Amino acid sequence: MPEAATSLRTRVGVADLADIGRGAAVLGTGGGGDPHIGGLLAGAAMRAHGPVDLAPLEDLPDDAVVLPVAMMGAPTVMVEKLPSADQVGRAIRVLTDHLGLEVTHLACIEAGGVNSLIPFVGAAELGLPLLDADGMGRAFPELQMVLPTVYGIRGTPMSIVDEKGNSGVLDTVDNRWAERFARSVTIDMGCSAMISNYWMTGAQARRALVPGTLSLAARIGRTLTAARTSGDPAGAVADLLGGTVLFTGKVTDVARRTTTGFARGEARLDGTGTDAGSELLLEFQNEFLVAVRDGRTVSTVPDLICALDTQTGEAVRTEGLRFGHRITVLAAPCDERWHSPAGLALAGPRVFGYESDPVRATPHDVPTPTEAHP
Amino acid sequence: MRIGIDVGGTNTDAVLLDDDGSVLAAVKCSTSADVSGGIVAALSGLQDRRAFDPAGVRAVMIGTTHFINALVEARRLAPTAALRLGLPATASLPPMVDWPERLVQAVSGRAYLAHGGHEFDGRTISALDEDELRRHAADMAAHGVRSVAITSVFSPVNTEFELRAAEVLAAELPHVAISLSHEIGRIGLLERENATVVNAALRELAGGIVDGLRASVAGAGIDAPIYLSSNDGTLLDVEHARRYPVSTFASGPTNSMRGAAVLSGVHTCAVVDVGGTTSDVGVLQRGFPREATTEVSVAGIRTNFRMPDVLSIGIGGGSLVRGEGSAVRVGPESVGFRLVEEALVFGGSTLTATDIAVAAGRADIGDASRVAHLDPAFVRAALERIAVDVADAVDRMRTSAQPLPVVAVGGGSVLLPDRLAGAGEVLRPENFAVANAIGAAIAQVGGEVDRVFSIEPGKRTEVLDTARAEAAERAVAAGADPGTVEVLEVDEVPLPYLPGGATRIRVKAVGDLQLAPARREAVHA
Repeated sequence: MPEAATSLRTRVGVADLADIGRGAAVLGTGGGGDPHIGGLLAGAAMRAHGPVDLAPLEDLPDDAVVLPVAMMGAPTVMVEKLPSADQVGRAIRVLTDHLGLEVTHLACIEAGGVNSLIPFVGAAELGLPLLDADGMGRAFPELQMVLPTVYGIRGTPMSIVDEKGNSGVLDTVDNRWAERFARSVTIDMGCSAMISNYWMTGAQARRALVPGTLSLAARIGRTLTAARTSGDPAGAVADLLGGTVLFTGKVTDVARRTTTGFARGEARLDGTGTDAGSELLLEFQNEFLVAVRDGRTVSTVPDLICALDTQTGEAVRTEGLRFGHRITVLAAPCDERWHSPAGLALAGPRVFGYESDPVRATPHDVPTPTEAHP
Repeated sequence: MRIGIDVGGTNTDAVLLDDDGSVLAAVKCSTSADVSGGIVAALSGLQDRRAFDPAGVRAVMIGTTHFINALVEARRLAPTAALRLGLPATASLPPMVDWPERLVQAVSGRAYLAHGGHEFDGRTISALDEDELRRHAADMAAHGVRSVAITSVFSPVNTEFELRAAEVLAAELPHVAISLSHEIGRIGLLERENATVVNAALRELAGGIVDGLRASVAGAGIDAPIYLSSNDGTLLDVEHARRYPVSTFASGPTNSMRGAAVLSGVHTCAVVDVGGTTSDVGVLQRGFPREATTEVSVAGIRTNFRMPDVLSIGIGGGSLVRGEGSAVRVGPESVGFRLVEEALVFGGSTLTATDIAVAAGRADIGDASRVAHLDPAFVRAALERIAVDVADAVDRMRTSAQPLPVVAVGGGSVLLPDRLAGAGEVLRPENFAVANAIGAAIAQVGGEVDRVFSIEPGKRTEVLDTARAEAAERAVAAGADPGTVEVLEVDEVPLPYLPGGATRIRVKAVGDLQLAPARREAVHA
């Protein structure tokens, strides 16, 4: 990802949420849920409690207490059983009470989709600053798939709360177990729960989080709006992310299946314009993971593969892919630490069942393995 | 015989069809403010064109933009309450939270939250609290609410709470109309609730309009059932239209596309409807419009109705034509309804696409001598510009490399060439100007299922068969001839993270309307 961090403290109000949501949908790489509901919740919280201060990651004091907060569950359920704003505050309180700590900053655990907006709800309600950063720089489907895991930061103790008043604190031997326990509880809670975990100090957060991702999402959103008139929103976003447009075409087939809880599947695209005569195969498991052009793999996870509506530039989520959809697919480099051995062991192609090393569509820095092993 | 009527914003078109579907008479009249007046004029216009025995008419099908226009113009909307069942869930985003303030006021919208709702797997979120509902009912009565929309969380999975809440409210508020969300929308609480509240706000208007339509048709001596056409091209009987006015919102483009299919005999095709200002391109698959894949915003309200996928480009008979030599621009600016004053062939001073058509000899409208001075090379370049833009729009709507025939309808379709690049021949059926009225007249009846099913291993085929059978049963219940019902589409989306193979399945079935025999003797009895 290109240099994204901004050193300016910024204040985010209701009017900024739409751009952040549209940008977060792009960073969600087809998953992460519809930011629309997150935006409505954050907007309601800001109208009640005022705007939210974004705090730059690099200014964070060593002894700050940083608490990420997120929604866990099925995006399809969330659009029906809408999450409650007070769940966010309760998830935070349950964990701080358990830890006996006073939280100073909230954070996003993922930059993609609905979880880029949920923390604004807690920040507005509790009057806390929100870090302009996140734990992935994109979206991934499982709780342990965050850079803090690479840095040995524990995903528990974690709080998990529903809208009825039930809550729990989980403590597990590692972050994969946290995912497993939390998933079971989430299903019992009606497949939508609010969680808070990966509490860390300011010093840890500066090392383990991805800087500047919320302001990057806002810039993507603004770029999409501006590019609508110029006619090439996907190209403009690819430039912004230091990525490249892979393909423009029409969806000719979507096959889906559910295996081990993931929405897996693949979409086939027939090329249009300069891509006429070529075919792109997009494989997904909640997020887009692999792009294959005419039999050759051109990009894989952990880099970002994003599908945008060719005309409007709006991000297309895997559950919204339909036959006939005209989309443009772009690839962009992820945070380089995902390409370290520890990063790939957590969220590389093999983790998702592909017998291949990562394939990268754009020039990139060589990751330094030591960087990921503090 | 049957009669199809399309009540547009400007024109009311009507056709009289024989039982075999052939057009016996067609007429265009001006739309009147009260809808009924236009219908009366259209029916007597048909009689003038070709005298028919009113007793021989077996059905009257009407497509109207009246309800969507009422919403857009925010007029004649009833004071409406939105009651949501789901507490303690969903409270942070109360009903109408994402509506434009102007429309909340236009429906005097009041939002109520109550306990109830289901989880995705059918467990209850909380029990229904009937005393709470009665307290809300009392408040609604105190505030003059005349129509109520009830939405329960996951009601597409379990309808029980909406039905029970309706009984409780009906007992307290006997004169209030009640709309239930599971009968109107699909999964997606806010969008389904929005559609239901809009429906509720239109219920009084719908009652008045339906009564007016009935009276007009009866006044013409026709004693046959009346149907309204719905968004997806299927028919609603008048009782359904009274209760679900929102289902008629997109019937205009749908009817024109389906009419094009009937007129041309082509049922899988692209339809280009060239009007005065825009050309609307849609795609028919087996006679039904392809649906839009995204949420549809109506008057600034996000809904999830089924709407046809239509691409509009700014080229029509009234489009301005500018430039010189081969650098020609056509549209998107248009003289619109002022065409008959401003176009050159009508003695005006604005060069329009219609003038180009006349100069090229494709149309005989107005005074051709007024465009005789146009450079033939310029005229060719303008027509080429139109052909390229329309061909591009058709190509964007195509979904496969298979050849897709193009059917042109609408008054401006003379602008199109006989062949389009990448698409092939352009079919121009007879009676293309009244395609929408014909589309209304040939509509079928449908049934639909959209629910989350739990699919155990090895049971997929069984579950799909159940869903197909249920959709077919619903089509028959809506009036389809059982022998003609077929499943039109099946859409299956597994839900991530959920246990038990939870899968959202949508099935749509349609069949021909089962018509009662003609009642010729009834009139003279």
